[in-house]
Amino acid sequence: MAEQYPIIVLLVLLFGALLVGLSGMVDRRVCFPLAVTALSLAVVVSVGILQQVINGGVIRYFVGGWSRPVGIGIELRIDTINALVLLTITTVGLLTAIFSFRRVQEDKTEKTPLFYVLYLLLIMGLSGMVISGDAFNLYVLLEVSSLTSYALIAMGKSRRAATAAFSYIIMGTIGASFYLLGVGYLYLRTGTLNMMEIHQAILALDGSSSTIVVAFVLILVGLMIKMAFFPLFGWLPNAYSYCPSSTSCVVAPLMTKVGVYVMIRMMLTVFGTEWVFENLQYAQWLVGMAIVAILAGSVMALAQVELKKMFCYLIVAEVGYMVGGAWMANHWGMVGAIYHIMSDAFMTLCMFLAAGIFLKQAGVVRIDQLDGMFRKMPVTMAGFVVGALAMIGIPPTCGFFSKLYLIRGGMESGHWGYVVALLISSLVNAVLFFRIFEIAYFGKKPAEGHGHHENHSTVSVIKEANVSSLVPLLASAAIIVLLGIFNSDIVELIERALNGSQVIGMNVLSGKGGQG
Amino acid sequence: MPEVIQTYTPLWACLTALLAVIPILLLRKESFLREGATFVAGVVMLGFVISMVPEVLSGKVLECTLVQITEDVPIKFRVDGLGMLFALVASSLWIVTSLYSVGYMRGLKEHSQTRFFVFFAVSLTATMGVAFAGNLLTLYLFYEMLSLATWPLVTHHQDKEARGGGRKYLAYLLGTSVGFALPALIFCYVKASATGLEFSAAGFLAGTGIEGSVALVLLLLFTFGFSKAGLMPFHSWLPGAMVAPTPVSALLHAVAVVKVGVFCIIRVFTGVFGLEFLKTLDIAIVVSWIAAFTVITSSLIALTQDNLKRRLAFSTIGQLAYIILGVSLLEDRAVIGSMAHIAMHAVGKITLFMCAGAIFVATGKKYVSQMDGLGRKMPLTFIAFTIGALSVIGLPPTGGLISKFYLVTGAMDAGQPLLVTVFLVSTLLNAAYLLPIAYHAFFPKDRQLSSQPFSWKSTAEAPWAAVLPLCVTSILAIVLFLQPQVLLKLASLMVGDAG
Repeated sequence: MAEQYPIIVLLVLLFGALLVGLSGMVDRRVCFPLAVTALSLAVVVSVGILQQVINGGVIRYFVGGWSRPVGIGIELRIDTINALVLLTITTVGLLTAIFSFRRVQEDKTEKTPLFYVLYLLLIMGLSGMVISGDAFNLYVLLEVSSLTSYALIAMGKSRRAATAAFSYIIMGTIGASFYLLGVGYLYLRTGTLNMMEIHQAILALDGSSSTIVVAFVLILVGLMIKMAFFPLFGWLPNAYSYCPSSTSCVVAPLMTKVGVYVMIRMMLTVFGTEWVFENLQYAQWLVGMAIVAILAGSVMALAQVELKKMFCYLIVAEVGYMVGGAWMANHWGMVGAIYHIMSDAFMTLCMFLAAGIFLKQAGVVRIDQLDGMFRKMPVTMAGFVVGALAMIGIPPTCGFFSKLYLIRGGMESGHWGYVVALLISSLVNAVLFFRIFEIAYFGKKPAEGHGHHENHSTVSVIKEANVSSLVPLLASAAIIVLLGIFNSDIVELIERALNGSQVIGMNVLSGKGGQG
Repeated sequence: MPEVIQTYTPLWACLTALLAVIPILLLRKESFLREGATFVAGVVMLGFVISMVPEVLSGKVLECTLVQITEDVPIKFRVDGLGMLFALVASSLWIVTSLYSVGYMRGLKEHSQTRFFVFFAVSLTATMGVAFAGNLLTLYLFYEMLSLATWPLVTHHQDKEARGGGRKYLAYLLGTSVGFALPALIFCYVKASATGLEFSAAGFLAGTGIEGSVALVLLLLFTFGFSKAGLMPFHSWLPGAMVAPTPVSALLHAVAVVKVGVFCIIRVFTGVFGLEFLKTLDIAIVVSWIAAFTVITSSLIALTQDNLKRRLAFSTIGQLAYIILGVSLLEDRAVIGSMAHIAMHAVGKITLFMCAGAIFVATGKKYVSQMDGLGRKMPLTFIAFTIGALSVIGLPPTGGLISKFYLVTGAMDAGQPLLVTVFLVSTLLNAAYLLPIAYHAFFPKDRQLSSQPFSWKSTAEAPWAAVLPLCVTSILAIVLFLQPQVLLKLASLMVGDAG
């Protein structure tokens, strides 16, 4: 049983989707419990997988028992890094599913079963992308997650959701085509789709093949569209802010992060860091673009009046953090980028959950509608504050430690522009979030002079969201703090995969000193 | 190396204030019990702190590691002479200020008193955390926590003025800590992570090959990054933050927040770089001159302020710069003086602030020009004010004399006659902006007022809960003159190690 965990994660979600679809036709009320059960099982199994990887090293799982030398089998390959990312995905999926309970409560819509089918398939696709050891299989799962997310986004009530989803389809399809083309070139040159074997073939080619370069560039561009890397982010803000809250809460934290993860996977496992950093001289350019992404994202976030839009542009900046970190060709930069995948997923989750609650309870769309929120919804604000402090980078939240590692990498590899950009972005985040705190604390128009005494204080009444909305929010806030406190353990796991033999071609990244 | 004792007492001392939040919240309807919880927590916390004094005095160091938060650097408490000195000041003055807050907040019927006491307690936790921090990361963590926890206190009135003051407060404090102190911290982490960033008398940066302009930039990043110390040009949050209720100004802006700033800078000098290492680098003199500039400029500005709290705020900026100037001289006696000045100035300045608050509660007057002859109506308050002023100026019979004596002799040791002059000129300026207030309160310019005979019956003091604390602290200022040994011993522990 335990050795079948990798496929069980996917099957639980896949059959969960099927069951939800079938039984939803009979009774809509069973959809929610079924979906939550499937996701809980997925979380439990991913914890099991993480334990296995920690104790027993890399898991290589051959679907259907078709082991590699025979030929056609698909491999699932899990080391400590993607075990952690897998756990992140399933946990975010579970928390957002709990959050979506209020959809069921309202139950005005006929679409509840459809929503949960798509939702489970989306999580399945993302989990599969992360654990797959096969470049083409990854494409299939990429399409599964993309198609489901188009549909989920199009379910938004506002009419702009449809157009947003449409432009997302166009961009997403272009991105996926680029990726597929890249994989095609790889297959052409190496004759295999298995990531490990592609890597062996590339090593054998000794970096001389321009086909491989073209393949890499195509894959990189495809993934950059998927992860909304500046300037290819145009689809993101509308798509993420006009979709239903429960959709944005799962799509915003996960889609871009999984894109970044796949890029890192390509760099580490498929092409190999030696080839990527030494053969291709792109690193400086990509770090430069990441700097632009960070600054542009921050500046555009400053200009927003809508809460969700602001978070969307922050995602653009955060993607810049991770791409920059990964391309610094430095041990700590890579560690920071991978750690930030996790910490940013939960920070974004926390932000979007809070935004969802504000929208539902108080109809808040614009930032200035948040006035007096500390009084009206103290618990929600408490969760939101934790997430905001993490975005600014205040210890002991995880946001501080990802910045610590990323800046350390930047300093060691001499990318001072990146260090400055990261600090500027922290300051911009401080401005953004304290603007919100100020509005939530003072109200729109603070009284003139020293008025405002005891008797005024009970005017507004607490109108807190219900438990099913608050639990995921507070859980994500708790995870943000726990990720920070236990960051040394997580970093140790990431390093194990980077330093050990689990990922090949690690000359550039192994060793703590980096390249100084 | 000093003997190390493993104990969780520093953690308990730190947690006491945080745990007090729970009863304060639960008892929010019963204001007497709520304030009772604050007092009990204050006394328990002081008890924990005092219980550690004998061991620290005997030259030992108390340590406890909470979590190994990154591979090399843990979250860790470490109590040495300097930390103990600061913890003693902060925890004992918390009790006094709590009593004062009760009198003040009730007297003015302020709103949201529960929130006020909750964040007051959280701020104290952060302050104790800074005092006991064993390494740079822990220090930074509690430093940021303090900035955030004091924001609701500064903006307590929730009006336009408070919003402006609060914005300035956060912009300066967060801007500099994220913009300057954080990169400096990470730079240290890159260079010296093997040392665990732990403060030591020799300095963990010694031997990492940092020198010349890099070292100077790093030192300046730290000095300006901890802008709670109010060093110019990052000082203007402090007068802005005077919009807070006076107990907040008193404890946080004369004692906790600003002293945390200078405390961090002293830590940087004595623990991060180490005095000996700084002497070989020969860069501290830059900081000395920035501090000297701040001393003189802020005193001159203070002279022109009519709002009493603003005048005191600028006086604080000058006094903080004394402390930074003292430690940047790198001479044993100057460093002892600047550490002792943390305590001496705290006691003197908190007295002055509480007097300002008591005057406001009793008469509603905020401006110096309105206080003519007020000493006849509020004799106790103004006697305390006079003592506090003497202490801040550095005249006998108050503790301020002791620390100033050490500072000036330290400047002589360092062979900086110009800086000695700075101290002396500034002392004159201090007298010029503080003493006239006290003098005119008792001997009004207005002939009519002065011709009236004084009688106790015509006095109108603030409520006893506001007057008692300021009497206590003014007596404390005199006691510190007569019995400064404990403080000086604690301070000299820090330079003794390096010697």
